[in-house]
Amino acid sequence: MQVTNRLNPFFENITFDREDNEMILNFGPQHPSAHGQLRLMLHLQQEQITKAHPDIGYLHRGMEKMAENMIYNEFMPTTDRMDYIASSSNNYGFALAVEKLIGLEVPRRAKVIRMMLLEINRLMSHLFWLATTALDIGAMTVFLFAFREREYLMDIIEGYCGARLTHAAIRIGGVPLDIQDTFISQLKTFLDKLPQNIKDYEDLLDTNRIWLMRMEDVGTISKEMALSWGCTGPMLRASGVAWDIRKEEPYELYDEVEFRVPYSDKGDNFARYRIYMEEMRESAKILHQTIDMYEKCVKDNQTELMAHAPKYISAPKLDIMTQNYSLMQHFVLVTQGMRPPVGEVYVVTESPKGELGFFINSQGGPYPYRLKLRAPSFWHTGILTDLLPGHYIPDVVSIIGTTNIVFGEVDR
Amino acid sequence: MRAYKPKDNVQAKAYYTDRFYVSPQVPKSPVESDEIFAKDLEAIKANFTVLDAYIQVEQMVVYINPQDNFKVLKLLRDECEYTQLSEMSAIDWLATRGGFEIFYQMLSMNKRKRIRIKMFINKGESVNSVEKLFRSADWSEREMFDMFGIEANGHPFMKRILMPYDWQGFPLLKTYPLQGDEFAAWYEVDKIYGKEARDIIGPELRDSAKVDRYDSERFARLGYEVPKGTVITGNEPKNEENYQEEGGVFMIKKFDKKDSVVVDDPQR
Repeated sequence: MQVTNRLNPFFENITFDREDNEMILNFGPQHPSAHGQLRLMLHLQQEQITKAHPDIGYLHRGMEKMAENMIYNEFMPTTDRMDYIASSSNNYGFALAVEKLIGLEVPRRAKVIRMMLLEINRLMSHLFWLATTALDIGAMTVFLFAFREREYLMDIIEGYCGARLTHAAIRIGGVPLDIQDTFISQLKTFLDKLPQNIKDYEDLLDTNRIWLMRMEDVGTISKEMALSWGCTGPMLRASGVAWDIRKEEPYELYDEVEFRVPYSDKGDNFARYRIYMEEMRESAKILHQTIDMYEKCVKDNQTELMAHAPKYISAPKLDIMTQNYSLMQHFVLVTQGMRPPVGEVYVVTESPKGELGFFINSQGGPYPYRLKLRAPSFWHTGILTDLLPGHYIPDVVSIIGTTNIVFGEVDR
Repeated sequence: MRAYKPKDNVQAKAYYTDRFYVSPQVPKSPVESDEIFAKDLEAIKANFTVLDAYIQVEQMVVYINPQDNFKVLKLLRDECEYTQLSEMSAIDWLATRGGFEIFYQMLSMNKRKRIRIKMFINKGESVNSVEKLFRSADWSEREMFDMFGIEANGHPFMKRILMPYDWQGFPLLKTYPLQGDEFAAWYEVDKIYGKEARDIIGPELRDSAKVDRYDSERFARLGYEVPKGTVITGNEPKNEENYQEEGGVFMIKKFDKKDSVVVDDPQR
């Protein structure tokens, strides 16, 4: 028998021989396939789950509290730490929310660059999803392949903003820099290879017996359940709702590019897998179009990268270094911070995981009065409560895999 | 007269505000300017009291009475096609208005419209749970309880969700400091080692920017280097390090510490 005291508490994961023969299994928070810090308390009858209780909060950093104590620009790098697999999409969601609050119009060239970054992030996130999920199921080859492709994308991003994971590549009012000279050529090289790469993954998985057994008819989410639980993104589209915010409530220049919204009415793990694969193809399609848009911007000599709004946005570096008034504005904006108008916005964007929303209540001060982060993964974790009962222990891993939850976002 | 500033609000505050500055407002437009929203508002108005309604940044905002929240959301879901509750939470207005504002952010995919239902509750009041209508409210309401201490009546599992179950205090209140309160400083020490170990371990340091120049274990001391672990008890040698070269730079005066006034107070 273990000697228990405060330092060595009696801590037993598994309880046997209760009266009803129910076993309680503690899954995580350090389980390798828990995708971060998810703790699941599973009530089992033999191998079958009768009750699931997801427990979160192991990565809670209080970002909403931090936001109330930071000026708007200061909060930007913190948003990186939400969905750290695709951090530019968080940057973008926050920047767009503040821009809507102020009523800013971003220059076209910046918009094109932002779209490129967003789609690269989507590809990175989907590749990461494929790699980790395949690894959870046991498909090591796919993991290595997908990580290789993701590495190319991270190199491109690194060339742009200097960071591979926490980009902070977008500013309120535009983007800080133009893309580097090699960006387009690197991206084109990548996009040329991508269709073949996706085909490789599919060849390895689509007819793989193990993959099909773990994916087909496992973790089926009905349309009603998905809507009721606030599912968005691929989780919702796999359940038969063709809802993509890029298409339905277009932001940036998504109404100018052509792409399809893949959806399925099956609702199971396999449907989600297919949607991720199709979305990668669509992202590639969008990226091809943004390259043309960017080249047109260059041809038309549209060089502006930041919105012109002296009250809120610092002037370009050249002006700051040469003009007194711009320097003064910059000083005030850095030391005191911008003061957006009094009001409230709730702005949504389609992040790789789903609907990423930023609710900002501004009282006219340099700090947001209240900032609520609506992270899609939060509800995609919550749905496990209703989704897991009836499934078996091995299904838990594949279901967590296909929900694509990232704990930076769940706990915030 | 000076503007009212709540004394117990411990959040960061602007260190300078122009007293004659009037903040602009995010423009609001009347609900009648949008056909679909006008219809939805009529449906709500037919059965419930609407305190205020307007459109702001493409979304309709409707203020209702807190006791109507369940029925209004049910009406919106069943009759107005607002099938998803995207988000809900609260805003702390305790200091100025003595209560919380609660918002429900709803989405209609058929109409491609979003509306925000808002209501005001006084301190200590609870709200009706909407978990029976939208399962997503299960976790949102728990989060709201966790962060603000607002309870939802009829919720099946009203427990903390992000903070530990035995936490004290509600972190998103304006009265709760960013670095955590007294309880937070001792939480882990008390829990793991017991209260008797407080003197040995000390409170948890949650200020990541904290620098202690007398702590030679963790901090280097430029200009006053000592071996690691040295106990420093004042009487430091005054060997001032000079970082400016002797020859000097064009136009830049050499810094002379003896002839300068050094302001030590960071809050000056």
